[in-house]
Amino acid sequence: MNLKLKIWRQKDANDKGSMVDYEIQNVSEHMSFLEMLDVLNEELIDKGIEPIAFDHDCREGICGMCSLYINGEAHGPDRRVTTCQLHMRKFKDGDTIYIEPFRANAFPVVKDLVVDRSAFDRIQHAGGYISVNTSGNTQDANAIPIPKDNADLAFDAATCIGCGACVASCKNSSAMLYVSAKVSQFALLPQGQVEAKDRVLNMVNKMDEEGFGNCTNTGACEVQCPKGISLDNISRMNREFLSANITKG
Amino acid sequence: MGNLNSGVPNGDLKNKWTNYKDSIDLVNPANKRNIDVIVVGTGLAGGSASATLAELGYNVKTFCYQDSPRRAHSIAAQGGINAAKNYQGDGDSTYRLFYDTVKGGDYRSREANVYRLAEVSTNIIDQCVAQGVPFARDYGGLLDNRSFGGVLVSRTFYAKGQTGQQLLLGAYSAMNRQIARGKIKMYNRHEMLDVVIVDGKARGIIARNLTTGEIERHSAHAVVLASGGYGNVYFLSTNAMGSNVTAAWKAHKKGAYFANPCYTQIHPTCIPRSGEYQSKLTLMSESLRNDGRIWVPKNKKDVESLRNGSLKATDIVEEDRDYYLERRYPAFGNLVPRDVASRAAKERCDAGFGVNQTGEAVFLDFSSAIMRYGKEQALLKGLDENDTSLVKNLGQEIVKSKYGNLFQMYEKIVDENPYETPMMIYPAVHYTMGGIWVDYNLMTSVPGLYAIGEANFSDHGANRLGASALMQGLADGYFVLPYTIGDYLSDDIRTGPISTELKEFEEAESKVKEQLNSLVNNNGKHSVDYYHKKLGKIMWDECGMARTEEGLKKAMEDIKNLRDDFWKNVNVPGGLDEMNKELEKAGRVADFLELGELFAKDALERNESCGGHFREEFATPEGEAKRNDKDYTYVSAWEYKGEPSKAVLHKEELVFDNIEVKERSYK
Repeated sequence: MNLKLKIWRQKDANDKGSMVDYEIQNVSEHMSFLEMLDVLNEELIDKGIEPIAFDHDCREGICGMCSLYINGEAHGPDRRVTTCQLHMRKFKDGDTIYIEPFRANAFPVVKDLVVDRSAFDRIQHAGGYISVNTSGNTQDANAIPIPKDNADLAFDAATCIGCGACVASCKNSSAMLYVSAKVSQFALLPQGQVEAKDRVLNMVNKMDEEGFGNCTNTGACEVQCPKGISLDNISRMNREFLSANITKG
Repeated sequence: MGNLNSGVPNGDLKNKWTNYKDSIDLVNPANKRNIDVIVVGTGLAGGSASATLAELGYNVKTFCYQDSPRRAHSIAAQGGINAAKNYQGDGDSTYRLFYDTVKGGDYRSREANVYRLAEVSTNIIDQCVAQGVPFARDYGGLLDNRSFGGVLVSRTFYAKGQTGQQLLLGAYSAMNRQIARGKIKMYNRHEMLDVVIVDGKARGIIARNLTTGEIERHSAHAVVLASGGYGNVYFLSTNAMGSNVTAAWKAHKKGAYFANPCYTQIHPTCIPRSGEYQSKLTLMSESLRNDGRIWVPKNKKDVESLRNGSLKATDIVEEDRDYYLERRYPAFGNLVPRDVASRAAKERCDAGFGVNQTGEAVFLDFSSAIMRYGKEQALLKGLDENDTSLVKNLGQEIVKSKYGNLFQMYEKIVDENPYETPMMIYPAVHYTMGGIWVDYNLMTSVPGLYAIGEANFSDHGANRLGASALMQGLADGYFVLPYTIGDYLSDDIRTGPISTELKEFEEAESKVKEQLNSLVNNNGKHSVDYYHKKLGKIMWDECGMARTEEGLKKAMEDIKNLRDDFWKNVNVPGGLDEMNKELEKAGRVADFLELGELFAKDALERNESCGGHFREEFATPEGEAKRNDKDYTYVSAWEYKGEPSKAVLHKEELVFDNIEVKERSYK
């Protein structure tokens, strides 16, 4: 198939940036979206044009490094996949595809389609851990039985890949789904109880400080999340936050 | 050719590690505050080492090329992590895990290291659970186990198909706690481009800030490489796009011996290539071979019709199918070890029986399993077992419950429904057992330079067992290195901060800048990927699943010529002082172009077949691997001498006092 591409080009963080038109011929439907961009980049290099910068690494949908806002949707039109797993068979000959970076105040553009998501890391520094040292003397792993249902829910929350699609999809650029996934994982486990109150207060405060918006329950984040992280996590975090705020806030 | 000293402590195997820990030098907590350690890489090994060293009180500086430490490729590991907990009461023990690992590695690993690995495996599970890693549990709330390829016990802990992700996020959370305390200084989007040696000791690194292009000097009292494996030398592998050998290779060029580069694991169940544009390969858990039957057509005519689309796999009748694993290995059938299954698929495809357009794919067929499970369900539910469509539906449900996520992944990539038509699979490179040579302390041949995880030549010998990579990465990082490094650093308590103004830093920096300059100013005619793909093809054809003397000699020559051409004709657009992804790739490919030649040299020198290294000249009449224990029971550690072809071999003889060395047989 032959495609028209409108791609965001921006030299660096200070550049204004603009959409630039490209064309690409003979795209196989079996290509992944990023392989299509690889081919385009090879053509650009051969023509002496600087290739388009985009983030990617594992290309298996698990590292969370790839992003891209494709035709107005984070990770493009397919559901439950990241951009690296999106295939060109979801498009048809003659289509025009708009490709932009994830947009949010807290995710400044670094270059072209690459954004800075280090705000996500800083939220984790504020409390996304259980304070246990490595010693070899912690108690036996089976000393605390955990009900299977809770363990499974904690696992589901923990499968967040930190890609930022939730923020890019939210009209308020809220990071509630991302933060609630980590808060929920630990709230559901006995190991996480000791620090639960400080954790939720500190992480939510940090989220606000980093410039993410508020949650207005539109649910776009859940729809666009490549890992299907549930809105239930946001409800759970709100309960945790309320209860922590009453006792400690 | 010297005999390398691994520094394994004396004494009984079972007590070596305990006694050794009691006797090595420690650094007191107040002094740890005056000591800096650099860690390169944030996978399971680098992440866990960074966190633990910081908890102990050292000042840690950690580097990763990704935008966050959480993205390291350990995250993609699926199956699980082994530990000799014996929770199932099925007779597991430290010795059994040790035994299975040495045997699985085809008797080419170091006994004392493997025993220590098995010993600390149980601590890993305790530690991870304490961190909040959500392992799978049974209805009683206790941890669940599954069994994995080629062992007789259930010792694999798992978190669905995302065990690597959950363990890495555990290490990442432990790091985050130390980053918050200021004990780890994290350098994201930074790539190590050289190690700096001062007075014979590793004292720092030169790194490039990948966002600004700035070249930075970082000093420390010790440097730890946790930069992963080098599978991307093949261009196509299951590694992440950015996985590279640069940190390890630069260390090699500064004096660290590179051990057993030719030991590569090629995994049989990956999704085949679909075209020339392909950028990477995707692995599917080997558990699929429990229920899938592997076949190709018996007749070339059917192969042609499959390729041109006039025939579907399901149209080919039973007697026209060649279930070649069941034919060649009646005892083990489709469950032969990874290396054997991979080679057999290659043999059929080379003979012209590959079932897709590229000619490099075989079928993995679940229809027999679906019908078998369906009949069982029909009987259990009192339904008509002769109703074919009912039985098929019931069987598909069972298969879905066992392999649902893998089937979904396959369907997303290939756009075919594997419940209705056989999957297509082909082997792909996914792990490298070789790496930087280390002693018992995990220190390389350069004092103060350590290598952990997949980056070292490690504990897996010539072949790694499933679910052991995660175990080794975390064992090195949480429980081994933090002890052993103290023995070295105890001499550095009065050293004080290392200055980055030393001439060694200046020299290393100017060399790095020189190479980067020559790359961006080359203005050649071919892209970096052009060379990477050509290198990958040489590696795959001559250093892949089957190797010959003639092919390896040719590979050494071809790689050298390709490397010369690269430096003359590569085209790297963009500048130095900015984010430049082509420049990053160019530096990595330049190093792969040297490693590849050493790889071929190592494979050529090893005149035997063992584990992942198969030389066609050294096979039994039936085509099975033939080890030569008399002449090759050693680790090949190569010293850099200006050109990969001139590398000098040092041998570490392997001694097996606690295990009987036997033939592996699958018939």
